[in-house]
Amino acid sequence: MKYLCLIYDDEKKAAGMTKEEGEAFMGEYFAFTEGVKKSGHYLGGNALQPVSTATTLRTRSGKLSTTDGPFAETKEQLGGYYLIEARDLNDALQVAAKIPSVRTGSIEVRPIMEFS
Amino acid sequence: MDVSREGEGPADLVRQTVEAVYRADSRRVLATLIRLLGDFDRAEEAMHEAFAAAVEQWEREGVPANPRAWLVSTGRFKAIDALRRRARFDASLAQIAAEYETTTSAIEWEEEGVEDDRLRLIFTCCHPALPPDAQVALTLREVCGLTTEEIARAFLSAAPTVAQRIVRAKSKIRDARIPYQVPSRTDLPERLDAVLHVVYLVFNEGYAASSGASLTRHDLSGEAIRLGRLLVELLPEPEAMGLLALMLLHESRRAARTSAQGELVLLDEQDRSLWNHAQIGEGSALVRRALSSRRFGPFTLQAAIAAVHADATRAIDTDWGEIVELYNLLMQIDASSVIQLNRAAAIAMRDGPAAGLRLIDDLLAAGHLGDYHLAHSARADLCRRLGRFEDARISYERALGLTRLEPERRFLEKRLRELS
Repeated sequence: MKYLCLIYDDEKKAAGMTKEEGEAFMGEYFAFTEGVKKSGHYLGGNALQPVSTATTLRTRSGKLSTTDGPFAETKEQLGGYYLIEARDLNDALQVAAKIPSVRTGSIEVRPIMEFS
Repeated sequence: MDVSREGEGPADLVRQTVEAVYRADSRRVLATLIRLLGDFDRAEEAMHEAFAAAVEQWEREGVPANPRAWLVSTGRFKAIDALRRRARFDASLAQIAAEYETTTSAIEWEEEGVEDDRLRLIFTCCHPALPPDAQVALTLREVCGLTTEEIARAFLSAAPTVAQRIVRAKSKIRDARIPYQVPSRTDLPERLDAVLHVVYLVFNEGYAASSGASLTRHDLSGEAIRLGRLLVELLPEPEAMGLLALMLLHESRRAARTSAQGELVLLDEQDRSLWNHAQIGEGSALVRRALSSRRFGPFTLQAAIAAVHADATRAIDTDWGEIVELYNLLMQIDASSVIQLNRAAAIAMRDGPAAGLRLIDDLLAAGHLGDYHLAHSARADLCRRLGRFEDARISYERALGLTRLEPERRFLEKRLRELS
């Protein structure tokens, strides 16, 4: 079964890191990604540009509106994701608990809907 | 089902047997069917069909040697049959039916496996990925076999609300694939804490209902103790023993906690001959077992405190020094404000009301417990004993404004009348 692990964190915190801290954090992410590739859980994943680059679209009454910014302003922002293959929720939670941002932000684990 | 109600015919005897098996074993049968069928709703339906079949077939063919095994395998066949019938409209069900047949064709009947199924059920119902109120409702429904209406009544909520909570929880178990398993060794301590917490919530709701006219809702406490016993039997971890001990020791005072008029009676004024000594004996023995493991936690320490109270034949015989020591240990694990408040009350008993009052005033000054009625009533009580009646009156009134429980209101009003 596939799960999407959404990584939420305070962008300001990451921006406030020193060069060394930032590199150490990235290093942890590289190690995590290597680990889930080896264990066979990894299907994909990406880091996102900050929410200041986000654009939100909606069509209402046939009219497309385009607005600057994320869908919702929140204290923690979606900063990246991993798509993983896991046996069940416990297995997925064990993987997600190792994502480095679990210590600074939060990880939302969502099962992928399967259409058969 | 054509069962004659006149006389004690064979049909009546069979029906009584089926009812007895249902009471004793329906939760075990359900727990195993959930494992075999991988779905709560399908398993419940299969179980009910199996019991219905038992009423008919046992009369014709006699009661089988192992009724539980018969019910599980009948339930499984019924589920496969039902899927086949529905497969005419939904082809994907045929595949599920075929899978059931191949993967579960050889059911190994082991008592050990069955007990594991009950643990699996408990851990699945108390999975931390489910909301807390759903964990409680699902546990009472699936593990204890309470009806949705009974759960709603016990928690003073509407039956449709409880039903929806259970439906949503089952959907999440299915859709997010919460596995039907006992957690691994590494996860066990944390997951067991979650289970114990649910059991304790059920007990507390029964022991001191958070609102409403009656101080105790005995049925819920009884269910919680039954769950506690089951856990200790299946998984004899020290904290499971500690929780069972704590519940038994609190429960032992039930008859003494309220007067004949339904008024609240505090610990030091209780008629101790009304305490249930069988429960005290069992609880105290469990405390000793849990303490000797040296892996105990907060439930065991709270139970140990309750056991010290239970040891005292009269209120003045209470070993307050021992109780303060136990609170000191408890504070090292959990320094919550409520525990600090209880420790302050124990210190007041050991060293006098002024010492306890100082600690409570510090807690309130730090901004904790301002909304907690027991903090104000404890403060009021110490002020009263120090002869500071005006301070006592203010604190009793504050407590009165915060409590939602009728007997507690009457108790506080009585204390206020005594002051003036």
